[in-house]
Amino acid sequence: MANFFSDNKDLQFHLQHPAMRKIVELKERGFAEKDLYDYAPQNFDDAMDSYRRVLEIAGEVCGEVIAPNAEGVDHEGPRVVNDHVEYASGTVENMKAIVDAGLSGLTLPRKYDGLNFPLVCFVMANEMVARADAGFENIWGLQDCAETLNEFASEEIKQKFLPWVSAGATCAMDLTEPDAGSDLGAVMLKATWSEEKQTWLLNGVKRFITNGDGDVSLVLARTEEGTTDARGLSMLVYDKRDGGVKVRRIENKLGIKGSPTCELVFTNAPAQLVGDRKMGLIKYVMSLMNAARLGIGAQSVGTCEAAYREALKYARERAQFGKPIIRFAAISEMLSNMKAKLQGARALLYETTRFVEIYKQYTHISHERSLEAEERQEMKFYTRLADGFTPLVKLFSSEYANQLAYDAIQIHGGSGFMKDYPCERIYRDARIMNIYEGTSQLQVVAAINAVTKGTFMEQIERYAADTYCECMQPVVAKLKELTAKFAEMVERVESGDKEKPGFKDFHARRLVETAGHIIITYLLARQAGECEEYVNSARIFVKLAEGKIGEAYTYVMNSSLDDVDLFKAVEQEC
Amino acid sequence: MKKQLKIVVLAKQVPDTRNVGKDAMTPEGTVNRAALPAIFNPEDLNALEMALSLKDRIEGATVRILTMGPQRAADIIRDAMFRGADGGYLLSGREFAGSDTLATSYALSCALRKIGPDVIIAGRQPIDGDTAQVGPQVAEKLGLPQVTYAEEIVEIKDSSLVIKRRLSCGTEVVECPVPAVVTVNASAPECRPRNARRVMKFKCALAASEIAAAPDSETARRAAEKPYLQIVEFAAADVDPDPQQLGLTGSPTKVKKIENVVFQAKEAKRLTAADEEINSLMVELIASHTLG
Repeated sequence: MANFFSDNKDLQFHLQHPAMRKIVELKERGFAEKDLYDYAPQNFDDAMDSYRRVLEIAGEVCGEVIAPNAEGVDHEGPRVVNDHVEYASGTVENMKAIVDAGLSGLTLPRKYDGLNFPLVCFVMANEMVARADAGFENIWGLQDCAETLNEFASEEIKQKFLPWVSAGATCAMDLTEPDAGSDLGAVMLKATWSEEKQTWLLNGVKRFITNGDGDVSLVLARTEEGTTDARGLSMLVYDKRDGGVKVRRIENKLGIKGSPTCELVFTNAPAQLVGDRKMGLIKYVMSLMNAARLGIGAQSVGTCEAAYREALKYARERAQFGKPIIRFAAISEMLSNMKAKLQGARALLYETTRFVEIYKQYTHISHERSLEAEERQEMKFYTRLADGFTPLVKLFSSEYANQLAYDAIQIHGGSGFMKDYPCERIYRDARIMNIYEGTSQLQVVAAINAVTKGTFMEQIERYAADTYCECMQPVVAKLKELTAKFAEMVERVESGDKEKPGFKDFHARRLVETAGHIIITYLLARQAGECEEYVNSARIFVKLAEGKIGEAYTYVMNSSLDDVDLFKAVEQEC
Repeated sequence: MKKQLKIVVLAKQVPDTRNVGKDAMTPEGTVNRAALPAIFNPEDLNALEMALSLKDRIEGATVRILTMGPQRAADIIRDAMFRGADGGYLLSGREFAGSDTLATSYALSCALRKIGPDVIIAGRQPIDGDTAQVGPQVAEKLGLPQVTYAEEIVEIKDSSLVIKRRLSCGTEVVECPVPAVVTVNASAPECRPRNARRVMKFKCALAASEIAAAPDSETARRAAEKPYLQIVEFAAADVDPDPQQLGLTGSPTKVKKIENVVFQAKEAKRLTAADEEINSLMVELIASHTLG
């Protein structure tokens, strides 16, 4: 019996984090529902026991149903039948297993039939689903859209949609259009209020919509006629049962082929307004995107896990020159680096998830009662960290998913290039991860403030102030050196930017990645103190970090202000 | 079909013989139960799925598990509740120790008389004994019609079930009045997964002897408070049996000898359909006493 939770000690380790006590306490509001619902936890231990049990179910569904279906789904893919999406047969089976196992509405409150699980558990399940089939993760993971409704929609909308999501309704977020991709402010899909029907009506086209024919769609639309920018956009929710949206086509993609990416035509499709008008992009989509980025972080880490396992398995089985290839230094080095990156990305993923979780819970609590001064401060503190760490985890994990998928094929040699092993599918699936929900380049834009405003450096200093076990002292000493280099780089770039605007943008990725390498190494060093399993990974990761930071440092410190123009010259190419 | 249809699934907790290691057998040639994890007998899970899908189709129907075994066999009752069963009965006691299929089916039939189900569904056979006798014997003892090798309940009529059977040469569709016993093949649909909300709701379900074993534990306190968390437990005396027909005394089966079968051939032999090749195979099988 394959179980993607029981077979993954690293995942289980992160569930045991000391901050879980605080997280569970916040999420359960002091176990206020223990006598109201027959499945509500009585106390912390009871809650943790339930999380473990449910994650084991998720692990079993992933290992026994979703993973075995992945290849068939990749080949078969979804189709358009009568203007609607028909999933691949394996996807239908996956959905049935998910619904039977009750793995929907994971984080939603119990009053909407949700499990009221912490985000940490959702991210874990997300990661396991992605390890089984990254494409299916999109369909399952989009249930997270319901969190945006839970946070911002009226009680009436919540009552209508959230229990449906808990029962297995699938979601979509309809944001992008042919002329509005990364630049969502340019969205043109029109929403007009119909006095006659007493509803908003949607008209226009959406493109590249993941699971576009989902039951519940959050649609970004222009409610303010005559406007052309973000301020004229609102968020609306559309119920598939009402009709009015046709799937014009499903994109033929390189990877995640089981996940239908749709072009949608809205013709007088009725929809309800979520929250306030004109706040669509400015407030709600930003919240949606932050959650989605964490989702892609989980999807990427799950993909890293799949790639690493495929590579390890093959390297053990494949013999050349009379021994398994894992015993050749070149291969064992690749595998060691893959493992360190996998564990490093996961460490960053759960650190970020905890930050997001705490501030989100305070946000919800603040809707129920006014927060104490101390709580408000804490909420601000974690919000700031979450804002910096979310693009960082998206950036690192999605790049690692690609690197590990690449290495997995490399380890398979010629066989890896054939369609005979899962590594080729993983490679194709990984390719979208550093593109959608904001490309890596845009994650850098989102994270650079955390460099220049000191969020990362302050957090690095907090990590540095922690105590580390004896065997990690050389790693910590190295991290202090690297941190000093980071400070030098930041100073050089900031002063350069004052003289030559654009200098900061030019070096932004090098700075963000340097911060990330330091942070991940600290996280692994901290874990090494609690579990021996991480000692090697921390030692290996610090070498990767040192190499990468050395390169970035050399580049930044030797860069002249003229480099900005040097790299702009290409704009004149014809 | 009447409402409040009572469905009982016969299930057995078995050692997992599917992934056996070197220590799977004791030197005496019996199953080393300590070395093998105890699991829900796989075909009983197919039976449970058939029962649950029947429940899905008949409003008000209930599904309960009946298992005979030691206290820890309550694990499979909980597992069944996680997957959708309403509850279960644990038939447990020293009197039942050493039961062969005859004594087992006798004990189960005594319990079933107490329970009074409308439909009894069991897996074809357990993976430890592979006898496929208990289901049919229960039907005989209760004087009920039986449908073996069932794969699917095709139709539910007023007082009968239309059932598809999987046979070696194809399928057969039969109609059977209820009450009846149905035994289910592994080719029937797999059991649905455990459900998150049900796991959280029923994880503290305990049998009476489990509550008694650790009355101060939090789990026991919760189980004692809530009737839906109490697994019905029958001791021998609760099901009014003839003691002579229980356990070892009621088991005529005697193990004479156990032999380890060692495969000697290293490779498969390929034969064509030619008469002389089939002839030589027959000669070989008769010579090795595999046939005749």
